[in-house]
Amino acid sequence: MEKIVFKKPDSMTDATMHYCAGCGHGIIHRLICEVIDELGIREKVIAVAPVGCAVIAYNYWDFDVSEAAHGRTPAVATGIKRVLPERVVFTYQGDGDLAAIGTSEIIHTANRGENITVIFVNNGVYGMTGGQMAPTTMIGQKTQTTKKGRSVKRDGFPLKISEMIALLEGARFVERTSVHAPKEILKTKKAIKRAFETQIKNEGFSMVEVLSMCPIYWGLSSVEACKRIEKEVIKTYPLGVLKG
Amino acid sequence: MNEQIICAGFGGQGIMLMGKFLAETGMKNGYNVTWLPSYGAEVRGGTAHSMVHISRERIASPVVSKPTTCIVMNKPSLVKFIDRIKKGGLLIVNTSMVNKVPEKKGIKIVKLPLTKLASELGNVKVANMIAVGAFIGLRKTLSLKDIQEALNRILPSKKDLISINKKAIELGYKLV
Amino acid sequence: MKKSKIQNPKSKTKRILITGNEACGEGAIQAGCRFYAGYPITPQNELTAYMSKRMDEVDGIFIQAESELAAINMVFGASVTGARALTTSSSPGISLKQEGISYLAGCELPAVIVNIMRGGPGLGNIAPSQSDYFQATKGGGHGDYHSVVLGPASCQEMFDFTRMAFDIADRYRNTVIILGDGILGQMMEPVIINPRSQIRNPKKWALTGCKNRKPNIIRSLLLKQGALEEFNRKLQKKYDLIKRNEIRFEKYRTEDAEIIIVAYGTSSRISRACVNRLRKDKIKAGLFRPISLWPFPYNALKSQDKGKTKFLVVEMSMGQMLEDVRLAIQDDKRVHFYGRTGGSVPSEEEIIGKAVSCKL
Repeated sequence: MEKIVFKKPDSMTDATMHYCAGCGHGIIHRLICEVIDELGIREKVIAVAPVGCAVIAYNYWDFDVSEAAHGRTPAVATGIKRVLPERVVFTYQGDGDLAAIGTSEIIHTANRGENITVIFVNNGVYGMTGGQMAPTTMIGQKTQTTKKGRSVKRDGFPLKISEMIALLEGARFVERTSVHAPKEILKTKKAIKRAFETQIKNEGFSMVEVLSMCPIYWGLSSVEACKRIEKEVIKTYPLGVLKG
Repeated sequence: MNEQIICAGFGGQGIMLMGKFLAETGMKNGYNVTWLPSYGAEVRGGTAHSMVHISRERIASPVVSKPTTCIVMNKPSLVKFIDRIKKGGLLIVNTSMVNKVPEKKGIKIVKLPLTKLASELGNVKVANMIAVGAFIGLRKTLSLKDIQEALNRILPSKKDLISINKKAIELGYKLV
Repeated sequence: MKKSKIQNPKSKTKRILITGNEACGEGAIQAGCRFYAGYPITPQNELTAYMSKRMDEVDGIFIQAESELAAINMVFGASVTGARALTTSSSPGISLKQEGISYLAGCELPAVIVNIMRGGPGLGNIAPSQSDYFQATKGGGHGDYHSVVLGPASCQEMFDFTRMAFDIADRYRNTVIILGDGILGQMMEPVIINPRSQIRNPKKWALTGCKNRKPNIIRSLLLKQGALEEFNRKLQKKYDLIKRNEIRFEKYRTEDAEIIIVAYGTSSRISRACVNRLRKDKIKAGLFRPISLWPFPYNALKSQDKGKTKFLVVEMSMGQMLEDVRLAIQDDKRVHFYGRTGGSVPSEEEIIGKAVSCKL
C-alpha cells in the first residue's frame, strides 16, 4: 500500500521558484502554506506582497494576493482587513520594505492593533536591487553601498524592529525566529501558526520576524550563510518570543 | 437685493455664527446665499471674519471685497474693514470694544454698546446676535419670522442658548 | 464590512446650508461609500471631521491615517476588496498621495480622491488656488495614466460630482479626482440632498478570499517581455472610451459671443458674473466652463470658435488649463490669459478689464 509521506501544500502552486540557491524565501513561503492548509483557511486568506524579492509571491501562493507600493504593505492590509474582518489577512515583507521605507506604516499599524499578521523576513540586505545596505545590516557587514563594511559613524546601528514593535500596546504577539537550521524551521512554522491563530481569535496584531539567508549578497555559500546566522546574526537579533 | 456682509471681530465673539445665521435666514427668505469664513492660521490669535452674500441673483464669488454692510465687534476689525465699505453702505460698530469711531462720509454708521447690552441680557456671548437684530431692523430685507428655525439649525446642540439668542436678536431689532 | 445601510429610500430630499467640504462628504455617503481614510490638512479638515461623524452613523469605516501615504494605501486596500473608498486632502497632501494614485492606476482599482486645492508650491499657504491642474489632469504620479478629473463650482456640485465620481470610478476601474479649492471647501451654500438608490454590480476581480473560484491577483508589476506595453495599450483604450463617454462642460451665452471666457471651478462662477456685466455694456461675451478637466472638452471648445473669436482663460494659477485651451483653439494669438495666484482670487473688475483689453 502506498503512503504519502511528503507533498506540496495545497496552498502552493506548481510554479518553479525564481529565488537564488540557498535563499530563505522559498522555505518561508512553504511554511506559510503549510500553516494555511493546517488551519483550513486557504479560501479565507488575503495576502499582501511587498516590493522586494518576494514581490511575485503570488506566483507560488494559490490564494488571493495583492501587491502594494514599497513599504505601504501594512496600510493596504489595514484597508483590506477593515472591510473584510472575517478574512485572514497577512503581509509578507522584507527588511527594506518594512524596516526602512515602511517604518511609519508598520509602527502605526501595530499600534492601532490592526488584527493582521505580518511575516517579516530579515536577511540584512536589499536583495532585488542588488545587495545594498538595509537598516538591519550588521555592523561591519559589506554590501554594495557599504564597501568597507557598515560603519556606525556613517550608517548608524542595526534596527531592531521587533523589539520596538513589542513595546507597542497594540501588538499582541511578536516572535523572532530563523530558518538557518531544521530545528529553527520547525520553530518558525509554529510561530507563524501562532500568529495566524492570534488573528483568527481576533486578538490583534501579530508579527513573526524570520532571520533568513541571502548567500548571494552576503558573498557566502549556502552552508556558510546558514552558519553565519547561527554564529553572528542571532547575537544582534536574538531569537525568541518578544511578546505574547 | 444684493447684500454683501462682512462680520468681523475676535475669535470667541461668535463671528462665524453671526454670518451663518444671516446666511441661513437669507436662504429661508428665498434668496441665494453664500457664507465664507476666514480659516486656519488666519484666525489664530487675531481677528476672524465671515463673509456673507445674500442676493436675488446667482452669486458669483463668495469673497466680499466691497461690503455693503460691515458688522465689527472690535477695534482691529474696524481698522481693517472701514475703508472697504461701499458708498451708501452700513457700518455697525460694537462701541463696548471701540472707544473712538472715526467719521466717514457716504456710509451710515450705527454705534451700539453690544457687549454691554449683552451682559445686561445675561450672556455676554450674545452680543453678536444683537448686532444681527440691528442689521435686520435697519435693512428690512430679511424677515424676523424664521429666527426660531434658523437658530434651531445653527445651534442644534445648544437648546438652552436658543431663547437668549432670540431675545438678543429682538433687542437689536427694537433698538434701531 | 459591517452591515451597511447603503441608503435609506424613505429619507426625504432636503435643502440645507452646508459647507462644500461637508457636501462632498455627504455625496460620498450617498454614493454608498463606506470607507474613508484621511490625514488632517487645511482647508479640507471639515471634510475629515464630517466623515468621522457620518461613518459612525452609517456603520462605515473611518481611519485617521498616520500619513497621506498610509491614507491613500488604506484606500487602495479597501478598493482591493471591491469597497467604495474615499480619501481627501489638499495640495501638499495630494502630492504625497501621487505614489498611491499611480499604483491604483497600475492595478486598475477604482477610488475617489478629493483635492481641496491651496496655494503652492511647497507649503504655500492655505488660501484657495487652482495650481494643481497639471498634476491632476496630466497624471501626477509616474507612468502613462490618467485620473478622471471633475471641477465643481458650487457646494451643490461638490455633492453631485462626488456622488457621481464613485459611479465613474467603478464603471472604468479608474481613479476619479474631485478638484475643488479652499473657497469651495470652506464656503456654505444651500445644497439639495436627494437620496438615490444604489445599483452595484459585484466586482469579480476583487479579493475576497478564493472560495469557489480561482485566486485573484491585484498587481501592477509586469516583467514579462511586452506585457507592460500591452497593458498600457489596454489602459489607453479605456482612456479613449472615457474620452468618448465622460466629457462634460457648460456653455453660457456663447452663441453670438465675440469673446469667450474659459474658466473652471471658482474662477468660472466669477467669470459668469463678468459675462453678464460685459453684456450689459454691449460686449458680446460668453463663458465656456470645462467640467471634466480630464478628459478635457477640446472639441466642444473648438466648436465655439467662429474664426475670429477671442478667448480669455481665467485661472487661480499662472496658466495651466491655458495650455489645454491653446491645444483646442490652435491659434495662440487669440488665446489670452488672466490669472491670480498664491491664494488671491480674481475680482470681477480685473477680469472685465482684461476682457475689454483683449477685445480691442
